[in-house]
Amino acid sequence: MAASSVAASELLHNTSKHLSVLYSKAPCVIRQISTCLRCYNQPQLRAESASQQLVGVVGLEIHAQINSNTKLFSSSPVCFLAPPNSLVSFFDASLPGTLPVLNRRCVEAAVMTGLALDCTINRKSLFDRKHYFYADLPAGYQITQQRRPIAVDGMLTYSLLGGIKRSQVIKKNVHIKQIQLEQDSGKSLHDDVRSQTLIDLNRAGVGLMELVMEPDMSCGEEAAAAVRELQLILQALGTCQGNMSEGQLRVDANVSVHRPGEPLGIRTEVKNINSVRYLARAIDYEIQRQIDILQRGGTVQNETRAYDAKLGETIPMRDKEGLQDYRFMPEPNLPPLIVFEDNASLPAGIDACQAVVLQKIREGLPELPSVKRDRLVQMYGILPEHSFTLVNEDGLMEYFEAVLKETKAGPRKVTGWVTNELLGQLRQQDMSVAQSLISPLALAELLELQETGHISSSVAKQVFQEMWSSGKTALQIIQEQDLGLISDTAQLHSICQKVVDSHPDEVHAIRNGNKKVLNKLMGLVKKETRGRADPVLLLMRL
Amino acid sequence: MSISSLCATRRVSLTIIRPSFSFLTNGHSIPYGVNFIRRTPSCSQSRITNVTRLFSSRPHNPKVPEVPTWKPVAEDQLPTPAHIPADLVDKLERLALVDFRTKQGLACLEKAIRFADQLHVVDTSGVDPMDSVLEDRALYLRDDTVMEGDCAEELLQLSKNTVEEYFVAPPGNIPLPKREERAAMLKHSEF
Repeated sequence: MAASSVAASELLHNTSKHLSVLYSKAPCVIRQISTCLRCYNQPQLRAESASQQLVGVVGLEIHAQINSNTKLFSSSPVCFLAPPNSLVSFFDASLPGTLPVLNRRCVEAAVMTGLALDCTINRKSLFDRKHYFYADLPAGYQITQQRRPIAVDGMLTYSLLGGIKRSQVIKKNVHIKQIQLEQDSGKSLHDDVRSQTLIDLNRAGVGLMELVMEPDMSCGEEAAAAVRELQLILQALGTCQGNMSEGQLRVDANVSVHRPGEPLGIRTEVKNINSVRYLARAIDYEIQRQIDILQRGGTVQNETRAYDAKLGETIPMRDKEGLQDYRFMPEPNLPPLIVFEDNASLPAGIDACQAVVLQKIREGLPELPSVKRDRLVQMYGILPEHSFTLVNEDGLMEYFEAVLKETKAGPRKVTGWVTNELLGQLRQQDMSVAQSLISPLALAELLELQETGHISSSVAKQVFQEMWSSGKTALQIIQEQDLGLISDTAQLHSICQKVVDSHPDEVHAIRNGNKKVLNKLMGLVKKETRGRADPVLLLMRL
Repeated sequence: MSISSLCATRRVSLTIIRPSFSFLTNGHSIPYGVNFIRRTPSCSQSRITNVTRLFSSRPHNPKVPEVPTWKPVAEDQLPTPAHIPADLVDKLERLALVDFRTKQGLACLEKAIRFADQLHVVDTSGVDPMDSVLEDRALYLRDDTVMEGDCAEELLQLSKNTVEEYFVAPPGNIPLPKREERAAMLKHSEF
């Protein structure tokens, strides 16, 4: 199946150059699929180039808004929706005479994230100024940590569902170059009609953690999985709410292509990505665009491109002009930030609330998603890929545990229902677990009925669909449509006898040793009983 | 930073240290005891000068030397003077949004670089660079409680151009025009 579709896409790719006008959308879609299929299914040899094929190289720069009450250097509140310029202090507006005062919660958040991602925490980190002019940066510079950030050299381990049936959990690693604290800029609303920009400084000064990752990834799917894992980790730690659509997690992708073994190609930066799904699509589109340019003999330009979700393409951004020189200089108003290893190494006379102690933070780290997955596998004996799915979807694990509590069905059965039936419905209608039309109790009721033998498994699936569309309970539907298993043996016997009598040739064939015809008879009986008979019993009867 | 206090009473000599570069003068030391009236420091001297202060109530501070104790560095000890090409001037102007393409401005910049070249004479091998003299102070960590904010009206009053509680700025990032067009543009700009 996979082989034929990739072969088909090869053909299409070769002809697409000539027919690109006609098939404008289709090749893009198939090429995207083939890029990722190449990553995870059997590697295919492409006929077009004898030399090695071009592969994508993706590095991510992630800005995570710290979940704190106040901003990084001033004590004005942090809130998503508020009247414009109402959350701004004099420092945020860069009025002269104001100075930055560092927020301890932000430091602790950065240290927690660093520890969760296996980073080395720099005991002494420094603050710098990064200068550039833009209307939403009132000071003309951003206070960041470029020379010595608070955490360096970490690793993010993420998992992908790959393999033939996407049922294999493949673990991958991304190196994290550094994590640094920096200020956010304000928001600018462009009013092209009156040729002006409206500036709202509510967001200016909010603490951000910038996570710089090494270019270890090769396609959109990997990047999306890594970002999803990071979202789960940050949400578990409580340091960031991780909502990409609200701008709490901003991802910029640096994409380039090269042949394995050769030096890296010229990279472009892709911005304006608002969800994890768009991230995968944007990266795949960009990789393909660069491959096309190189195969046509052109050169990729080092530029910044914005992702347009509606078109599904990246377009060059007009604002950025060439390489910026940020004139980094040390922040003169902030001495170095010192983090202490444990209480023993605290200098004498220091106040407890003035010290950030690594040991205390390490001990206070909550359960990380990877640990949670392993725990589920151990506790309930479910397969790793199911555990992966359960932790990956928001709220699915809680749903699963709620159902498990109310029914005698085993964890594996419940997992099957939750990950296949429920998740399938949710995905089809693009809903979240919280919006599910079937509550955990209702599902538990249905499973109980199946467990105790009132209905067969195929009927149960039918009832599930009915419950979803009508909102009635399982019992109601079973009673209304009379879907209960026929356990009355006399009735069963009479139905079986009827079928046997009406098909004498088949019975003859069975008597002669042809067992396969039995299935046909079974099918007939099933039709008679409208699926209400337990197949095991039927087999015995016949 | 210029240290000067204006207290009325006695005439006392005051030592003024100004942050500047030797612009117009070519580095000869000023004879001691000459009285200088304080001028607007557009191009002032870069040395410790003895100035007779008209109004002060304190005698001369014993910690401050009466005569300058440093000697100018000989020209041959400094590296070759830096030449600033026009492209670099253009780039610096774009980065800092400062106009200094006049002959006087360029001379100013070159003298400034020359002055800083004196640092090359010092042997800094094995010494960690310092960022500021307050490096060993503890960084104060603030609690995460809301104390400021909610002063939109005050802030908006500072800007003469606002629209419905937003500040107004020119659109996006207007790339700076080429050098020749720049002078013409400055005449017509509104912001």
